Amino acid sequence: MVTLKINGTAHTVDVPTDMPLLWVLRDVIGLTGTKFGCGMALCGACTVHLDGRPVRSCVTSVAAATAKQITTIEAIGETPGGRKAQQAWLDLDVVQCGYCQSGQIMSAAALLATKPHPTDADIDAALGGNICRCGTYPRIRAAIKHAAGD
Amino acid sequence: MRRELSRRTFLQTGAAVGGGLLLGFTLPPLSPLSPLPPRVRNDGPFAPNAFIRIDRDGRVTLIMHKVEMGQGTYTSMPMLLAEELEVELSQVRLEHAPPNDALYAEPLFGVQETGGSTSVRGNWEPLRRAGAGARALLVAAAAQTWNVDTSSCHATGGVVIHGPTGRTLAYGALVDRAATLSLPGDVPLKHPKDWKLIGTPAKRLDSPDKVNGKAQYGIDVRLPGLKVATVAVCPVFGGKLASVDDSRAKAIPGVHQVVRLADAVAVVAEHMWAAQQGVAALDIRWDEGPNAQLTTADIVRQLDAASQKPGVVARKDGDVAQAMAGAARKIEAIYQVPFLAHATMEPVNCTVHVRPDGCDLWVGTQVPTFAQTAAAKVTGLPKDSVLVHNHLLGGGFGRRLEVDFIVRAVEIAKQVAGPVKVVWTREADIQHDMYRPYYYDRIAAGLDERGTPIAWSHRVTGSSIMARVTSELFPKTLRVMRAAGWHQLVAMVKGLDVDAVEGAAEPPYALPNIRVEYVRQEPPSIPTAFWRGVGPTHNIFVVESFIDELAAATQHDPFQYRRALLDESPRAKGVLELAALQAGWGRALAPGSGRGISLLHAFGSYIAQVAEVSVSKQGDVRVGRVVCAVDCGTIVNPDTVKAQMESGIIFGISAALWGEITLKNGRVEQHNFNDYRVLRLPEAPVIEVHLVQSTAAPGGVGEPGTSAVMPAVANAIFAATGKRIRKLPVKDQLRPA
Repeated sequence: MVTLKINGTAHTVDVPTDMPLLWVLRDVIGLTGTKFGCGMALCGACTVHLDGRPVRSCVTSVAAATAKQITTIEAIGETPGGRKAQQAWLDLDVVQCGYCQSGQIMSAAALLATKPHPTDADIDAALGGNICRCGTYPRIRAAIKHAAGD
Repeated sequence: MRRELSRRTFLQTGAAVGGGLLLGFTLPPLSPLSPLPPRVRNDGPFAPNAFIRIDRDGRVTLIMHKVEMGQGTYTSMPMLLAEELEVELSQVRLEHAPPNDALYAEPLFGVQETGGSTSVRGNWEPLRRAGAGARALLVAAAAQTWNVDTSSCHATGGVVIHGPTGRTLAYGALVDRAATLSLPGDVPLKHPKDWKLIGTPAKRLDSPDKVNGKAQYGIDVRLPGLKVATVAVCPVFGGKLASVDDSRAKAIPGVHQVVRLADAVAVVAEHMWAAQQGVAALDIRWDEGPNAQLTTADIVRQLDAASQKPGVVARKDGDVAQAMAGAARKIEAIYQVPFLAHATMEPVNCTVHVRPDGCDLWVGTQVPTFAQTAAAKVTGLPKDSVLVHNHLLGGGFGRRLEVDFIVRAVEIAKQVAGPVKVVWTREADIQHDMYRPYYYDRIAAGLDERGTPIAWSHRVTGSSIMARVTSELFPKTLRVMRAAGWHQLVAMVKGLDVDAVEGAAEPPYALPNIRVEYVRQEPPSIPTAFWRGVGPTHNIFVVESFIDELAAATQHDPFQYRRALLDESPRAKGVLELAALQAGWGRALAPGSGRGISLLHAFGSYIAQVAEVSVSKQGDVRVGRVVCAVDCGTIVNPDTVKAQMESGIIFGISAALWGEITLKNGRVEQHNFNDYRVLRLPEAPVIEVHLVQSTAAPGGVGEPGTSAVMPAVANAIFAATGKRIRKLPVKDQLRPA
């Protein structure tokens, strides 16, 4: 039995400690907003926050997530960075198919939390690991600047 | 429901179950190559294929026969309806349509499908007419209630107003009376100057749930007792399962069952992690079959051989042989484009529950009735017993026009008690996709003394997706062909794949002597399928690269050379000039940089693009800027058009620079996003989209941006380096020797 603190709530689950957090969130707890894209930390669709830092949950084991505050897309709107990112995404109509956008917003929220006025280079570094096949990249960049009020 | 017998009327009305107004309407047939405005079919038997419901609380529900895969249909379709119905966009709710070809078929294919950049083209008129008809009924119901003349009433914002007295009645209060009325014979559509919604950048209706994790894709289905499975498919196309030792897999905690299929093994487990570990622990022996040694080079050799023989004629004007013989100069080239995977962000998946008396599917599909038919076939159940619960699609691009993964999921589920969600890993998704065909093109032109093309010959060789799809569609084939038109029917019977030559058969240029042929050559066991733009993705690359070659060979500016051939194509000329102007064509660029131009007429739209690239000393290409001019006729939502151009351009750059599925020992050599490289945010160009205001019928916008950018990039590379790209992807072609 492992206890995980997810979005402020403790969840006790019976899973192996080497199981990736992604599948615990999706298949065991039922938080499906965090997406499976590649399973190898190549696409960023599964991004969640551990103590506010973005990680790829597909390669983050349960063991590495215990004793940490886990935040997913379902609750990121309760953080200032997440709220700003979500609003900017709506203001600029960023989404298309939307599948990767949970991960994009999680990366953007973490960036805005640490760098309220990110440069283009900051955005490249923070979002470069999040793939979008619909090609919403120009709007993601614009939305992060919009969220920052820049 | 009551049927209106007037030949002019294609709406039918009735009372909804539980109260309210229900409307059905028909969709017009649409020819795939026709740029003409779609026309409403007003003869033949009445067959409504979409529904609108207005409830007593005034809520409008559109039963959506088109799926949302990012292209914006869940916003553009309601906009068309709301415009004429005179309701706010926020009043329209959407429901996924159940599978039913009789009700929801896209006339182009005779089946219920979303693809081919057809949604706005096909629904432009019927959805507005449906809205107008419903509004007329509601206004008539109000006039009757007040006992006043209908002409003294009008509707706005979901309310009918009696002009002289200012009295109002909300739609919800009128629906029961409206459902008893007959439709007026001919309700005129609003004049474009009176549009409130069409032409405005209305916000996407699907955005809110896509930024907070609530949006439900097929992969997100949760059911009581649901198990999760993943598959190992024979890595060699055409191979079979010989034997499997599953003892280690079954010992893994959470693994429930191992399912054997003819060419695959699935592990069914408590969750995806256990299923994946289970697959890794299987000891499988494959019977690799006849393709165990197959390589891409073998397939190219076959294509090359096939391309040397004449094909089916797709276009023939004038006398090419004679014009070629009299030409001052002849230029010829071979162009090649590779197999491509779709790599949708949501890996393919399908959840199935097979019971003795029925089967449920939870899936995101572009073809719900195909899914239903496929499941019925695999289970032996009648179609009516197969329920398809359609979902948002985490990317389509043509991948979800296929049902291979649904068939496999049902085959697995047949052996499982209770519901099972079958999820492909990214590796399985890429290695067992159905690929954009490898095309091999021979193209030649004869030029006069001034460099003008007087003869044009283009032979396309590749597999025929249309032949496979139409044979699968049989006995619907006749209906499909009739929808496509008799001219194409004859061509298809002769073996022409009209899709494979789209963009090649009718270039926008003045070419007095032109011959375009198609040679069908199927690769052994490699499944090929539609891929965002299909025919045009390669034909526009070939034609626009070759036109660029002609300009270069005759020392002409590539923009001016094209422009001079467009006197008969004013819309094409218009976008070309607009793109060149906005791009600053002719202005100097830094050394190592270049600008390339391209022109496209496909899917009923005209697009020109100018790409700016820089090429490093190591041969890496960076696309810095793309200027895109679009004339897609009347624009429903300009922001959606811009978004689709941005999307298509980025999708196309990935393909042009790196996209390639290759085979070695019968196996796909690519695995995941590490070796099937796609564009990332830091690599994305600045994209500027310029829209031409037009009152012409709407054209498609989902696919053409992809096709136009590939030659623009290749031509820019030529401008930067002098190296002509005749084979995609660019990849390592510019590396120093």
